[in-house]
Amino acid sequence: MSGRPEVPVEPSLGPLANHAGPYFGDFGGRWVPEALVAALDELETAYAKAQTDPAFGAELARLHRTYTGRPSPLTEVPRFAAHVGEGVRVFLKREDLNHTGSHKINNVLGQALLVKRMGKKRLIAETGAGQHGVATATAAALMDLECTVYMGEEDTERQALNVARMELLGATVVPVKIGTRTLKDAINEALRDWVANVETTHYLLGTVTGPHPFPTMVRDFHKIIGEEARAQLQAEIGRLPDALVACVGGGSNAMGLFNAFLDDASVRIFGFEAGGLGISSGKHAARFSGGEPGVLHGARSYLLQDEDGQTRPSHSVSAGLDYPSVGPEHAWLHDIGRAQYRPVSDDEAMEAFRLLCRTEGIIPAIESAHALAGAVQLGREAREWSDEPVLLVNLSGRGDKDVATAAAWFGLIDDEPVVKADEGEQL
Amino acid sequence: MTVAVTSHVGARLEELRGQGRAALVGYLPVGFPTVPGSVEAVRTMIDAGADVVELGMPYTDPVMDGPVIQRAADVALANGTRVSDTLRAVEEVAGRGAPVLVMTYWNLVLRYGVDAYARDLAAAGGAGLITPDLIPDEAADWFAASDAHGLDRVFLVAPSSTKERLASTSAASRGFVYAASTMGVTGVRASVGERAEQLVADTREAGAQNVCVGLGVSTPEQAAQVGRYADGVIVGSALVRTLLDASDEGAGLDALAAATAGLAAGVAGAR
Repeated sequence: MSGRPEVPVEPSLGPLANHAGPYFGDFGGRWVPEALVAALDELETAYAKAQTDPAFGAELARLHRTYTGRPSPLTEVPRFAAHVGEGVRVFLKREDLNHTGSHKINNVLGQALLVKRMGKKRLIAETGAGQHGVATATAAALMDLECTVYMGEEDTERQALNVARMELLGATVVPVKIGTRTLKDAINEALRDWVANVETTHYLLGTVTGPHPFPTMVRDFHKIIGEEARAQLQAEIGRLPDALVACVGGGSNAMGLFNAFLDDASVRIFGFEAGGLGISSGKHAARFSGGEPGVLHGARSYLLQDEDGQTRPSHSVSAGLDYPSVGPEHAWLHDIGRAQYRPVSDDEAMEAFRLLCRTEGIIPAIESAHALAGAVQLGREAREWSDEPVLLVNLSGRGDKDVATAAAWFGLIDDEPVVKADEGEQL
Repeated sequence: MTVAVTSHVGARLEELRGQGRAALVGYLPVGFPTVPGSVEAVRTMIDAGADVVELGMPYTDPVMDGPVIQRAADVALANGTRVSDTLRAVEEVAGRGAPVLVMTYWNLVLRYGVDAYARDLAAAGGAGLITPDLIPDEAADWFAASDAHGLDRVFLVAPSSTKERLASTSAASRGFVYAASTMGVTGVRASVGERAEQLVADTREAGAQNVCVGLGVSTPEQAAQVGRYADGVIVGSALVRTLLDASDEGAGLDALAAATAGLAAGVAGAR
């Protein structure tokens, strides 16, 4: 992938970093209705062409520089790190400072440019926390495309502010009222729309899941995160980090951070999943701790499922991590032992959320707070790695959208941890 | 395919072709309104004129189904319908004069074990599988299992399928090829997609012996229209809706019988 801003980077050319789909070991593939195959082939071809076209890379780089605000800063957070462990240094990759408030814009701008090249006029997207929906609505406004966003009804309540944002940007938000009324059902509805309208519509999938080429392409659009961070950390401390830390829902921010370091054996890689109310409670989204391989939404990966293969509902305080499957590349990295995946409970995540607010003046997205809690978990073992262990944490999004949920969680307001759209702006 | 497996559904379509007509393929989901209720409904549908049965396994994430079949599947799952209930239902309706295909999303079969599922389906008297989210490219296990246990494998083609994919899907299928009449999911529509007839012709040209048309066929007139050019007319949502809309199970079965008979008459009078 080209499309980087002018930050000197050492490109990662190893075999893991350059692995492309359709398969990641036993995972990935294209488990889709035949009706979608032609569109997936078309997308794969358009993406392959764009990758070799310098004009595409240059245009994406220009947008990232002038619109996204890349490169995003790298911030050392010593007051937070003091709570992680003595002598541990923590650096945050500040994807929260991107336009629209999260890493999601990286992928959205890349795909939207492809859509213009394919000549399609309409975007559809799913969203959980609303971050991907907001980013897609933003790109649609910027590039004059029609936009419909599917969002589980439960999530429209948890993330009312983001619903309003999408509507302000001109998108149509469709609350999905069937099934578990969360991200998984929003994807079902988006897929149904796509099957019916595939000739005029692009499904702008928001994470590294789904059928090939999405897991590879979305990763490629996000790998700028790790490439920048690698160069920035090199400039700051002159070496690689000891560990990478990211939250994993579908897993796009994590793959974006991990990719540039996959072939550096000295760098430990940790993904933190939503442990919800605890693995034994059954109310979680920890696919690696509580799931088994299966097929959902076009890809084979780890999946929360019952004995019959029916999808089990996931749970998390964070809408963006509340998904029963995970990107197939993560499943592969897990199985080959290159990355470790651990659960973080709702309580741990919210405690880390508060900690970053109080120690560093940064309000993180609750999704990203799972990565911060992961760093806290790693504090004990990190001291065994080196005298001055360095953790590189992806702060994938900012917490504006979560203020109402957090305020209710910490008892600052009396309400349920949801907020109605018409009250949102006052909070 | 090189393995010599006799197709039960293929034989039925051949027999009906000899009588100068297409088959009526009727879909109903297992477990709606209850497991015994769905068995009763399938029997009613066969007795009222369905030539081939398509028995749906309810699934939590049916991306190729519209609201009618989603609602029925939700009820079936809420009632605790299991994959094993589907196999029992096959056993109870097989041998009533209509071959029984199971329509299933693939994760349910993967979880059961592809070969184990094929073995148990064959033992129950099932004829094969219709697989809406499995393309031949991902189906190596299913080729082996369906050959080993003598089952039909019905893959789908769509108006968006290329000539190459029509050919490879036709070669991969046994029993018939399921031609989606339109770009979309299951459901009742005012008219059958205009591209259906061309798709059937193209799929035959690509090597398919039997091509049945589904998605959006709901009235006797539409059934007659499709029955003129296709080897089978597949009806789902319109039949499920008779059960959903009924005030009680008895009324539902009466409405189902009437709807099936009407569709059967449409198919019979098509040519």
